[in-house]
Amino acid sequence: MTTPPIIKTEEPQPKPIPQEPGARDNSPQVWLFRVLSALVVPAVLVLFFFTLDFLQQRDLNKLLQVSVALVVGVAGVWALYWGMDRLVSILPERVATGVRPFTFAGPAMVLLGFYLVYPAINTFILSFQDREGEVFVGFDNYVRVFTERTYLVAMRNSVAWVVIVPVAALLIGLAFATLADKLPRRWEAATKSLIFLPMAISFVGASVVWTFIYRFRPEGFGEQIGIMNAIVEAFGGSPLDWLAVPVWNNLFLMIILIWLQTGFAMVILSSAIKSVPDDQLEASRIDGANEWQVFMRIVIPSIASTIVVVWTTVLITTWKVFDIVWVMTGGREDTSVVAQQMVTEFFTFSNDGMGAALAVLLFVAVVPILIVNVKRFREQEATR
Amino acid sequence: MSAPTETVNAPTPRSSEVEAPATKVKVSRVPVYLGIALITLIWTIPSLGLMINSFREPRSIRATGWWTVFGNLFDSAAWTVQNYTQVLESGFGNAFINSLAVTIPSVVIPITVAAFAAYAFAWMEFPGRQVIFVAVVGLLVVPLQMALIPILRVYTNFDLNGTYPAIWLAHAGFGLPLAVYLLRNYMGSLPSSLIESAKIDGADHFKIFTRLIIPLSVPVLASFAIFQFLWVWNDLLVALVFLGYNEQVRVLTVELSDLAGRGEGTLSLLPAAAMVTMILPLVVFFSLQRFFVRGLTAGSVKG
Repeated sequence: MTTPPIIKTEEPQPKPIPQEPGARDNSPQVWLFRVLSALVVPAVLVLFFFTLDFLQQRDLNKLLQVSVALVVGVAGVWALYWGMDRLVSILPERVATGVRPFTFAGPAMVLLGFYLVYPAINTFILSFQDREGEVFVGFDNYVRVFTERTYLVAMRNSVAWVVIVPVAALLIGLAFATLADKLPRRWEAATKSLIFLPMAISFVGASVVWTFIYRFRPEGFGEQIGIMNAIVEAFGGSPLDWLAVPVWNNLFLMIILIWLQTGFAMVILSSAIKSVPDDQLEASRIDGANEWQVFMRIVIPSIASTIVVVWTTVLITTWKVFDIVWVMTGGREDTSVVAQQMVTEFFTFSNDGMGAALAVLLFVAVVPILIVNVKRFREQEATR
Repeated sequence: MSAPTETVNAPTPRSSEVEAPATKVKVSRVPVYLGIALITLIWTIPSLGLMINSFREPRSIRATGWWTVFGNLFDSAAWTVQNYTQVLESGFGNAFINSLAVTIPSVVIPITVAAFAAYAFAWMEFPGRQVIFVAVVGLLVVPLQMALIPILRVYTNFDLNGTYPAIWLAHAGFGLPLAVYLLRNYMGSLPSSLIESAKIDGADHFKIFTRLIIPLSVPVLASFAIFQFLWVWNDLLVALVFLGYNEQVRVLTVELSDLAGRGEGTLSLLPAAAMVTMILPLVVFFSLQRFFVRGLTAGSVKG
């Protein structure tokens, strides 16, 4: 009953699909048609997009381009699928039945192959190559990652981010969800909206928002326009350049992400808290438990699985965050993180091999978490 | 199981919540209200400050903090929309349209492609159906950082970098695993008797898909559309890599991060600029809050 609302990794169950003649025909001709039918839609799409100079003109009327793009994106793609379906129908019925699923599923597979499978393998190979991706250098890139200060700092910071941000977002989200549960309904909805609102804001936008919190002016250069320093001065302190204070500046950047992610944690935890059966709560209250005991002994255990899911979700988001650091400090003052360092390497320094090694690091580190998550979920499904 | 995205609902009232029951009164209300007020205040101040600043005279933005407006709230000379007009003329108007040009097809294309694939995985028989579906779902864990460098190299070789179709297809590819996964689970949970009877009536797969399955799948299509819209609209990384800083094509996030990096001189433009980038997501947020939450939670399975 308190199943995490998010990951419903239902194992795909084979559907009792009525046997259609030819569906499992594995003769070479049928396979040829299958491959062809999968390729046609993406191929036509790519040819159309990239030969149409119109779409690549940079100084044409933007709105016109957008409209054409929309027409192509909606009607064009649908028309392509329809056309393929008609074409396949010309084939003898038996062959057509065998080929048709590939006109439906094929284009997705082709796109995935090109945009995820091929690049992922390529990135892995590239991570063993030099900056141009021409000479194999063995484990050099990885050795540098684990020995040079730049990368060690980025990794140290990334680890701090994934330790602190998810826990903070969870705790604040949980506290808020629990308290808001006791409010009148209208107030509960309104305050929850306000906490959730930052989820709509981009990481770049959020960084600009917080610029006006952390803004620093040395003493004697005018009034403080950042609220943190204004508060510090109001209490008689001297202003600080928050984003340049060693080690602590990382925390100030993390607060931006905590601000963004707490709403997410709060909404999910709130619906889990509401699904804790009332009679359990009532029973323990009648037995003399106070609210804190009810919370710790009844509520927390019943929403434990949801907590784990929220925690891992925020953790993965945190691990891959790059925008905030990129905009706020660019990684200066020892604030770099792995995801931002990766972009800096291949985008700013054009070091493809190093960038690829950091990308592989980003990927490999999340795999264990996801495996644990899936395992947990399966056990849960099995015991239901 | 019903559709996966249906499980996250707007909080439903508990039976006891209708009228404050005796057990609830026991908790002292004051600390609860104080806690709520404190967190809400801290969470609202940053965006509130930005909004107030965006309507102030450029000179006062630079000179004093936004909270000083509370001293003379009704002094009309203190307020202006000048920042907005200036920001829109200085590239953000153009960037707004660019963002639309990037986002709309980047949402529509993966939905269409994924819907066809999801139907095949749910209701058609073909060799390797289960294996391929599991492989597609497995791709959820691949972070898009793994894909950037090789795709950029291919694009550079064919001189496609900095074009819209290049980024549409990239966003489509990156969004596909989640879309296929969500849509397949939803479509697979529809009653098979429905499809059977349509078949008996002589409908072929294409007709069943367009006339029956798509209309029934609107909730999950909407959830994914909102998730993907937010994702693409708010994305900086993919836009930076595949479109870059080229003024003709750069999108809002790139424009804003560029402006933020220009230092003290453009400080007074930043609040209005940031508001321009947020306005569309906020409108979606306030008008479609239920779908919005569903879309975000549905998207959280993405690795």
